[in-house]
Amino acid sequence: MSRAGLAPAGEAREPRPASVQPMIAVRRLAKSYATKRGGVVALEDIDFAVAEGEFLAILGPSGCGKSTLLKILAGLLPATGGEASLRGTPIAGPRRDIGVVFQSPVLFPWRSVLHNVLLPADVQRLGRAEHERIAFELLSLVGLAGFEHRYPWELSGGMQQRVAIVRALVHDPAMLLMDEPFGALDAMTREQMNLELQRIWLERRKTVVFITHSIPEAVFLADRVLVMTPRPGRIAEIVAVDLPRPRSLDVMSTPDFGAAVKRIRAHFNARGGLVA
Amino acid sequence: MSGARNAMLRLCLIALSLALWEAAVRLLAVPVYVLPPPSGIFTALYRGIVSTVYVQNLWVTLYETILGFIAGASLAFLLGTVVALSRRTEYFLYPYIIMFQSLPKVALAPLIVVWFGLGLTSKVVNAALIAFFPLMVNTIVGLRSAEEDRVNLMRSLDAREWQIFWMLRLPGALPFIMAGLEVAMIFALIGAIVAEFVGSQAGLGMLVQTLNFNGDVAGAFSILLMLSVLGLLLNQIIVVVRRRVLFWDASEKTAANDASKGAAL
Ligand SMILES: Nc1ncnc2c1ncn2[C@@H]1O[C@H](COP(=O)(O)OP(=O)(O)O)[C@@H](O)[C@H]1O
Ligand SMILES: [Mg+2]
Repeated sequence: MSRAGLAPAGEAREPRPASVQPMIAVRRLAKSYATKRGGVVALEDIDFAVAEGEFLAILGPSGCGKSTLLKILAGLLPATGGEASLRGTPIAGPRRDIGVVFQSPVLFPWRSVLHNVLLPADVQRLGRAEHERIAFELLSLVGLAGFEHRYPWELSGGMQQRVAIVRALVHDPAMLLMDEPFGALDAMTREQMNLELQRIWLERRKTVVFITHSIPEAVFLADRVLVMTPRPGRIAEIVAVDLPRPRSLDVMSTPDFGAAVKRIRAHFNARGGLVA
Repeated sequence: MSGARNAMLRLCLIALSLALWEAAVRLLAVPVYVLPPPSGIFTALYRGIVSTVYVQNLWVTLYETILGFIAGASLAFLLGTVVALSRRTEYFLYPYIIMFQSLPKVALAPLIVVWFGLGLTSKVVNAALIAFFPLMVNTIVGLRSAEEDRVNLMRSLDAREWQIFWMLRLPGALPFIMAGLEVAMIFALIGAIVAEFVGSQAGLGMLVQTLNFNGDVAGAFSILLMLSVLGLLLNQIIVVVRRRVLFWDASEKTAANDASKGAAL
């Protein structure tokens, strides 16, 4: 598909059409941690916006503040400067319209797969019968039909992570925050999970903020890739990826894909290599 | 197959060691007030059971132990929970906890008998006191063991603190709590027996002391045998409950935590 290509950096950095309120707006966000030996600046001068239904990947080496940024967006951590808002209201604490997926599945071993998935419904006291139906539906969407009454320890790592994704979706959040969700999986499983996630996203059209330190993964999944610098984390560039959807794994061998990867990699090469 | 053979071998070895014991005592003419032969112990056991003396006293000790266990365990769970959830409470209670923890609790038994009399109450109090600590410590450690990621997950769902407690901290603490209960049960039995030694009118502890005093060492041995069977049964109750409650716990499946529990005793 030759119409796919890269937008210029300056243009990509602007939010989507001004008439539509962005899903997430981050302005001059900063975060420093107080430690015994003074402050550690984790994030500095972060500005970006995510449009409704957009898939944004955040890419950067280990320790550049990606998890910190995600925790601020999830309302788990207060910022020390600037502001992050969701649909126009500042994020001041945990919100019920966000689903979070962590690097490890974080399943409770005493709950069956179904009851792990229903955790958000239990916490937020949502209708049991309705959410059980949704849970069954989502589990079969990710190929876990028949595993509802199994326990986490009976599942492989990839299956557990799919349960975690379904759990993040069950209460129908407006936004999905994912922190290196496939980082612990082997390469083959990881590619399968990328395909699966794209399929879910195309079907549900949630806004997704997806953290990774794999360049191909970011390019494969995202509409735009936000590239961060090493400590302190700042935005180096936001690269738009206009590859057509649905993308198959073959897209990775196209010139456009290669160009996007190369462009992103240049940021890290200039700084002496990608640490991750 | 080999399991059955091993069981046979085990029985044979037990029989053999009893036979050796019997033979050694007879051949070396060891006085019965030093070490009675197994036959003497079993005869004493049989007589004691037939005369219902043993059974009556067994019930007394069992009753004291169970009541002490329930009282000590409930208190330990409640206090452990409060301490685990509130740093402030911990701060103020900490000196007492440390002081009591380093104190050999059996040393309190004479005082407790003075305060609560020769009857049931002093035994229950002593059993509860000794059963209390292992469970309280395990409850605190267990409730604090919730992984940060899991807490973050609950927080990200906008869970209230009490929801995090019921849905995460408490179930996560159960392996620790069950291990604590196992120790507490045996400790309650020790507490009851020690209090009976100090002063009582009934119970297996009283009986073992009386028989010893009268030079009936075979009788004392037969009570010890009953006590070890009692301890085994009480422990088995907890083990069965633990298996049901902790069906999900990895250590339950590998039984790897048995070693650490042995050390705790
Ligand atoms: N709780 C904390 N206290 C102090 N420093 C922290 C804390 N969490 C993270 N940091 C520091 O902030 C920086 C960014 O961390 P993090 O957001 O986890 O990076 P990433 O997810 O990109 O690997 C790191 O240098 C890390 O050491
Ligand atoms: Mg991280």
